[in-house]
Amino acid sequence: MANTLIVENADKFRGKAQVLKDINLTIAPGERLALLGHNGAGKSTLIKSILGLTPIRGGKISICGAAPGSAAARAATAFLPEAVSFHPALTGREQLNQFARLSGVRADVPALLERVGLSDALDRRIGTYSKGMRQRLGLAQVLLGNPKLALLDEPTSGLDPISRQDLYAIIDELAAKGTAVLIASHALTEVEARTDRIAIMRKGVKVADDTLAALSADAALQTSIRITARDGEADRIAAQIGGTRINGASVEIHCDAAAKMEALRHVAALGDAVADVSMTPPRLEDLYRHYAKEDHA
Amino acid sequence: MIARISAIAGTELSILRRNMWLFMATLIMVLFALALTFAGSAPTGTLGVDMLTVSVASMTTLSVYLAPLLALMMSFDAISGDRDRGSLALLLTYPASRGEILLGKFTAQLAALAFAMTVGFGTAGALAGFSGGASADSLIALIRLVSTSIVLGAVFLGLGYMVSGFARSSTAAAGMSAGLWLIFVVLFDLGLLGAVVMDDGGTFTQHIFPWVMVANPADAFRVWNIAASDAVAVTSGMAGAASALPVWAAPLSLLLWPLAALLLARATFGRVEP
Ligand SMILES: Nc1ncnc2c1ncn2[C@@H]1O[C@H](COP(=O)(O)OP(=O)(O)OP(=O)(O)O)[C@@H](O)[C@H]1O
Ligand SMILES: [Mg+2]
Repeated sequence: MANTLIVENADKFRGKAQVLKDINLTIAPGERLALLGHNGAGKSTLIKSILGLTPIRGGKISICGAAPGSAAARAATAFLPEAVSFHPALTGREQLNQFARLSGVRADVPALLERVGLSDALDRRIGTYSKGMRQRLGLAQVLLGNPKLALLDEPTSGLDPISRQDLYAIIDELAAKGTAVLIASHALTEVEARTDRIAIMRKGVKVADDTLAALSADAALQTSIRITARDGEADRIAAQIGGTRINGASVEIHCDAAAKMEALRHVAALGDAVADVSMTPPRLEDLYRHYAKEDHA
Repeated sequence: MIARISAIAGTELSILRRNMWLFMATLIMVLFALALTFAGSAPTGTLGVDMLTVSVASMTTLSVYLAPLLALMMSFDAISGDRDRGSLALLLTYPASRGEILLGKFTAQLAALAFAMTVGFGTAGALAGFSGGASADSLIALIRLVSTSIVLGAVFLGLGYMVSGFARSSTAAAGMSAGLWLIFVVLFDLGLLGAVVMDDGGTFTQHIFPWVMVANPADAFRVWNIAASDAVAVTSGMAGAASALPVWAAPLSLLLWPLAALLLARATFGRVEP
């Protein structure tokens, strides 16, 4: 199936500084892409460029074949801005009604607000909402009229743990209906489990873009294996398989993903000297550090 | 297009009602119109005109200050407010164009302004008429006052949107609006007065001054209301400058200004990056 979003060689300048450098990005229908990067990396700028809110210098962006900001692109896209707020004098229902009327869709507003857990606050002024409630109202408007592409800028900021779960459930629902979802986020542990693909930006450059497994393999980050030794055996184990002593009773060894089984066989051969073994594969956090911080091109 | 404009306008009207703007603006208009009408009712007998005429003359002076002020206070954060909140970016991703957003807000705020003007001047005019007499002429003068006040308000709504799109924040927009009001309503006239005094009855005073004056929408409003009604002109003693101009000058200026202001606002809005 054709990609919902295609970004080709996008460049963007702010004054003299280049904030997007030759960005290429695609999202297929139903795919959930996490966009990671430190503060100021250009995530929000990329999203605004896709929305046509700010022009790009070079390159091309297409949303279902339409240009950013065109009527067709606007109709196909839903957006959740970072830290959004609405006019404090309006009620949640009025605000959503306005959005529904603007996009020309017939929407069951109470049901939508129920979906994001705001049914109690339906007719209360937005000025009385908490930060997380405003965020959820923002999320409700994303669900208006089936979008082909949803761009969510830090959607979980300000949400409590349960609301985050709900949010990802909603994202999964959208994706299941064929919406391409882009999630810009700093919450690594969340997106690790809840997205299909991960793109990392550093200073306006996309430095990584693949599935978590492929990125791990590519980065050749090491799996760590921790062996808990029986009384007094730690030194012998460390000497035998060449790990480092962590504390009195544990030894830790690091190895490539490919050498993992080999290492485990060594550990098994130690027999009774080993009380317990635990294994930690590289986490997204390690990957993120690898791609975003180091001089990785 | 109409559906989207009315969606924006409907929301804007709810906001104006909810935050008491409509009520406050109307109250201000009623109070000031009443105060001026009854404080300025002394010279009725000496000038030989009915009380409504005098009332319209005082209210014209009032409206020159109040209509721009109310309009600017309503419009200054129309764009900057949404931008500060971050909701402008979101609004602009919906199918409404910038022109439609502007027109929607304009429609609602103009309606609110028109309501306040009509109720305010209408109440004062009705009371003046009942207590001191009215005529067909003075009634027409009242209707003219109300409608030109609305047009004057429209000018400053447009200028307010322009400032709102231009300013970096709502606070800056508020300051710039205050400056705008001061320039159009106070400083411009003071400057002209100074020039006339320096010129001492020369060509500037006779030929250029009336045109420069009428180029300012606030003065065009004043001239239109005064020149069009002899009786009002008598009471306000401003007939001199107005009579040097063709009758169409002031109406043309006042009617062109809202268009110009809205076009300027649209152009400024077009350059706003949310
Ligand atoms: N309106 C603007 N004018 C000038 N520079 C801007 C503007 N908006 C963003 N920038 C700059 O562009 C760069 C990218 O900013 P952007 O907001 O895209 O970062 P981000 O990845 O979304 O960061 P964060 O995680 O903090 O949200 C930054 O260097 C920022 O200073
Ligand atoms: Mg950002």
